[in-house]
Amino acid sequence: MSNSEIIYTVIFYVFGLLTIGSACIVAFSRNILHSAFALLLTFFGVAGLYVFLQADFLAAAQVVIYVGGILVLILFAVMLTNKITDIHMSNPATKPWLAAPLVLIVFAGLTWLIVKTDWAVVETAKLISEPTVEKIGYAIMGKYLLPFELISVLLLGALLGAAYLARPKKKD
Amino acid sequence: MQELIIWIQKFVIETTGWGFLKTLPIELWYILFMFVFGGVVLGVVMFFAGVASYAERKVAGHIQSRMGPMRVGPHGLLQFMADGIKLVMKEDLIPAKADRFLFKAAPYVLFAGTLALFAAIPYNQLFGKPLAITNLNIGLLYVLAMSGFVVVSILMAGWASSNKWSLLGGMRSAAQIISYEVPVAVSFLAIIMIAGTMNMFDIVSMQEGGIWNWLIFRYPPFTCFVFLVYYVAAMAEVNRTPFDIPEAESELVAGFHTEYSGMRFAFFFMSEYANMLAVSAIATVLFWGGWHSVLPFSILPEPWVVLEGMGWFAGKTLFSVFLMMWLRWTLPRYRVDQLMKLCWKVLLPIAFANVIAIGIWIALT
Amino acid sequence: MLFDFASVLVFIILGLLFIFFVLLFSWVVSPRNPDKDKASTYECGERPLGPAWMKFNIRFYVIALIFIIFDVEILLLFPWAVVFQKLPKGVALVEVLIFIGLLLVGLAYLWNKGDLEWVKTVDKDK
Repeated sequence: MSNSEIIYTVIFYVFGLLTIGSACIVAFSRNILHSAFALLLTFFGVAGLYVFLQADFLAAAQVVIYVGGILVLILFAVMLTNKITDIHMSNPATKPWLAAPLVLIVFAGLTWLIVKTDWAVVETAKLISEPTVEKIGYAIMGKYLLPFELISVLLLGALLGAAYLARPKKKD
Repeated sequence: MQELIIWIQKFVIETTGWGFLKTLPIELWYILFMFVFGGVVLGVVMFFAGVASYAERKVAGHIQSRMGPMRVGPHGLLQFMADGIKLVMKEDLIPAKADRFLFKAAPYVLFAGTLALFAAIPYNQLFGKPLAITNLNIGLLYVLAMSGFVVVSILMAGWASSNKWSLLGGMRSAAQIISYEVPVAVSFLAIIMIAGTMNMFDIVSMQEGGIWNWLIFRYPPFTCFVFLVYYVAAMAEVNRTPFDIPEAESELVAGFHTEYSGMRFAFFFMSEYANMLAVSAIATVLFWGGWHSVLPFSILPEPWVVLEGMGWFAGKTLFSVFLMMWLRWTLPRYRVDQLMKLCWKVLLPIAFANVIAIGIWIALT
Repeated sequence: MLFDFASVLVFIILGLLFIFFVLLFSWVVSPRNPDKDKASTYECGERPLGPAWMKFNIRFYVIALIFIIFDVEILLLFPWAVVFQKLPKGVALVEVLIFIGLLLVGLAYLWNKGDLEWVKTVDKDK
């Protein structure tokens, strides 16, 4: 392995640890806002992992939508809640003995999937770093045209639904 | 970039005569080079932030028939140095009720998000290669992505201060930035349609050959409108007057950085100016031809073309910064409802209309 | 491509180091004599009343929701814009006009229903 490959491998594992570590904070922090802010690192780490998959458009889109959009939405949602004053209590775990088997089953299932999947392995050197954006553009204008237009309908539905639900109910 | 580093390596070894340097791995050279080059960019941005804080007071002074700072140095030129020294030596206060960790983390996230913008901007070309920290294929999308970090850091600062003004200012600021990001994104969309690429270096390269090749004059008058939408929305995104509601001093004290003092405050302050510079540089890159001259030929002979390009880029960018200062001291502040109205009911429809008009124009030709 | 993003990473790390060392320097040279009043939060000179973390108006949330939907939509249009001039332009344009048109219908609906208004009570007496 050449020097740069070692460096990239190290960075890859740093990003992996960053993602998992911050995800653990999200799950285990007692302070719900700390959980929310830890998501920043999680999303950033995932974007980094996308870069390692040569998916530059996806990485940037991940940051634009998840950090700039979803995370802000979550923060607003947390700050909107009534319980904002006793924010230091996150939801306590209830009935862990019931959840444990379920979690174990999901964990086993995921592990089985990861082991079973026939991952496409490509050597780093052989990865041609060609722009992905054009390919996505041709794909959505060709093969995936119908899903592309349907997304628009879906987004319209989401927009109307969001506006309807958030609208204050008329009292009189 | 790689060729440049190999060239530098050769140059250093030949001039110093230290053959053992050749045994160092190229990656180390690269990291060293990045630190030097990045350090230069960082230094320029910091220096600009200092000078701009002085220039702002001077511009404000002269617009209001005052002198502005005059005491430190000739015409107060060294005022920003004095300010810097003062800020470094100030006591760093953290409110007792504040969330200490998030309070300390916010300036880092904000500054990293702001600074990251400068990594993607192509400043000039050197032998046909971009002179930039990086040349991303998704340049414009990357620019959009980085504003996400700014929003989150502002919310972080606003919430962690445990101050009512900070929280209100942070929420307003976040709502404003995300709202105005939509018109910015739509104007980027129009530019991408015209250029057929998101790579900022390629966008500048296609504007070569005189002022009429600049993107702002393509498909008149639609690109001109695109520029106006971008400029107004970008000014709102960096929280400048007339869009400085998040830190409206007459109602919110200082907005999300009310509780910050000393150097931490300075980082918030500097990142505002750095943001202004970034927004201006992006406007230069996208609409005003980047480092290309107004004339179709360069004035200076061959080896000095690089310097001329530098001059054009800096000149256009600084003009845009001046324009923002001028506007700040000319216009009164918007109200929150007017702000939201301007974004969603004026800028967004205009931006979409531009995209459609340019699309039809391109399709017909 | 990894190389391009690695440059960004190096630059960001450089920026973070810069902040860290400046703050460290400031920590060394600045005085530290905290007292109770200095450590209280600023509320125009009064003693702060109640917690600062208050309940917020839902309109912030609505703005964020609308923003996400527009953001996703525009992001999906970016790859189209890149290849627009290389496709049969008329067809590509019509396809995207349908896409944008549907979203503009949503915008018109929000506009009409007053969801874009920040202050909703002003017109009440009209």
